[in-house]
Amino acid sequence: MMALDMEPFILSFKLASLTTFILFLIALPIAWWLSQTKCRCKPFIEAIASLPIVLPPSVLGFYLLYALSYNSPLGAFFEETFGIKLIFNFTGLVIASCFYSFPFMLQPLQGGFESLNKNMLEASYIAGKSTLQTLLHVSLPNIKPALLTSLIVTFAHTVGEFGVVLMIGGSIPGETKVASVAIYEFVEVMDYEMAHIYSGIMLLLSFIVLLSVYLFNSHHKKRIGISS
Amino acid sequence: MIHLDISKALFGSEGTMSLHVKLDIKEYDFIALSGQSGSGKTTILRILAGLESAKGTISVANKIWLNEKIALPPQKRGIGFVFQDYALFENMSVEQNLLYAAKDKGLATHLLELTDLKALKNRLPSTLSGGQKQRVSLCRALMNRPKLLLMDEPLSALDPKMRLKLQHDILSLHKEFGTTTIMVSHDPSEIYRLANRVLVLDHGKIIQDGTPKEVLLHQQGSQKFSFQGEILDIIKADVIHIAIIAIAQQIVEVILDEAESKLYKIGDSVCVSTKAFAPTLS
Repeated sequence: MMALDMEPFILSFKLASLTTFILFLIALPIAWWLSQTKCRCKPFIEAIASLPIVLPPSVLGFYLLYALSYNSPLGAFFEETFGIKLIFNFTGLVIASCFYSFPFMLQPLQGGFESLNKNMLEASYIAGKSTLQTLLHVSLPNIKPALLTSLIVTFAHTVGEFGVVLMIGGSIPGETKVASVAIYEFVEVMDYEMAHIYSGIMLLLSFIVLLSVYLFNSHHKKRIGISS
Repeated sequence: MIHLDISKALFGSEGTMSLHVKLDIKEYDFIALSGQSGSGKTTILRILAGLESAKGTISVANKIWLNEKIALPPQKRGIGFVFQDYALFENMSVEQNLLYAAKDKGLATHLLELTDLKALKNRLPSTLSGGQKQRVSLCRALMNRPKLLLMDEPLSALDPKMRLKLQHDILSLHKEFGTTTIMVSHDPSEIYRLANRVLVLDHGKIIQDGTPKEVLLHQQGSQKFSFQGEILDIIKADVIHIAIIAIAQQIVEVILDEAESKLYKIGDSVCVSTKAFAPTLS
């Protein structure tokens, strides 16, 4: 069997890990705020945050390309001030992935926080604990299944993205050519054998990831005594 | 000494209602808050705890908790709160629930011993019965040694036997910790056993305020004429004795003579019946 070029997979997983980590830090306070607020602006923020789910990736990719390129004020600012290009490189991919996968991190976390018993949080405040202490010691440990879902689904969704990645990153080997783009190119040049191998690996990895989430969640429900 | 003068507009099932309560509470009092559901009992507790906003003033031991400028957050009020649904931290063991409130291992052990929970200290809340959960919740509320203990229908979800045990626990902890306690309750026998002052709330206003005997005995008037009850108290009044008896959710007085009064003691289970009268139908 011929040697497989693992670079696209490594790139995909590097991109997904970094995106998941950054999005966790960004989405956590927003999810918490949305779950606790009574602000009338909540539906607007929720609608904006969910847009990447319904928008065609090409639309998102187009706007991001427009906003991050050197011709836009933002792109020009970053290039002139920090010397960083925001498109057609790995940095651009991370930024684009953070937009693309944001709702997949936000929604499970928000749902988890909203399902928490409000009295339990109030009991923590009455015990003298701050919002941050309550979030870390009470809220997060009590939404473990939602937490795991948000992390895994964000990771998997980023590994699986294609349209946005292609528009923002192109297909530069070792820089922006992730697994999904590599498969597209194999199909384009009619190298079906490689396309099969790459797709098979993606299929297997995705299945293992999802299976572990469901296994953990059913085990967790049993442990804390909730019949599903 | 707690001084309370608050008002708040509430939006209940019967439309808008204005809660207005003016009240002075003495230190070490045990107050029972009673009244129809939706009359504002829980809201008063939540305002006292700082969990809900309100207009007016609250001062506790000459310290302002609420006025036009100040609204002390719940973290700074140093109170204990027992929720109807226990609200335990599900991710922590029984002992961790207590230690999260205050890192005082000695006090935690003492409280768990008092409430017979020591053997369960490493269990998770989801493995406990309702009565055990509520005892944990009570212990947790006392970990900060609060001066003010608020309880929102703490025993309403429990069976009668467990209630009795917890009523005993609540009373002994109230005395030991020297708390001023305010408890929402619907159960007259519970109120009679625990409280020294009863407030009855209706549509956001206090309509009755007095000792349990003054307030509760007006609620008698069951039309049944043979029932099981428990003697709560035997009072000597001039030449006669009056037994205060809890029958289901009612409190009644029965007159006893000298000999009968010696026959019974507080806590006895008795059958109250009468034959020589014609029941009226209305």
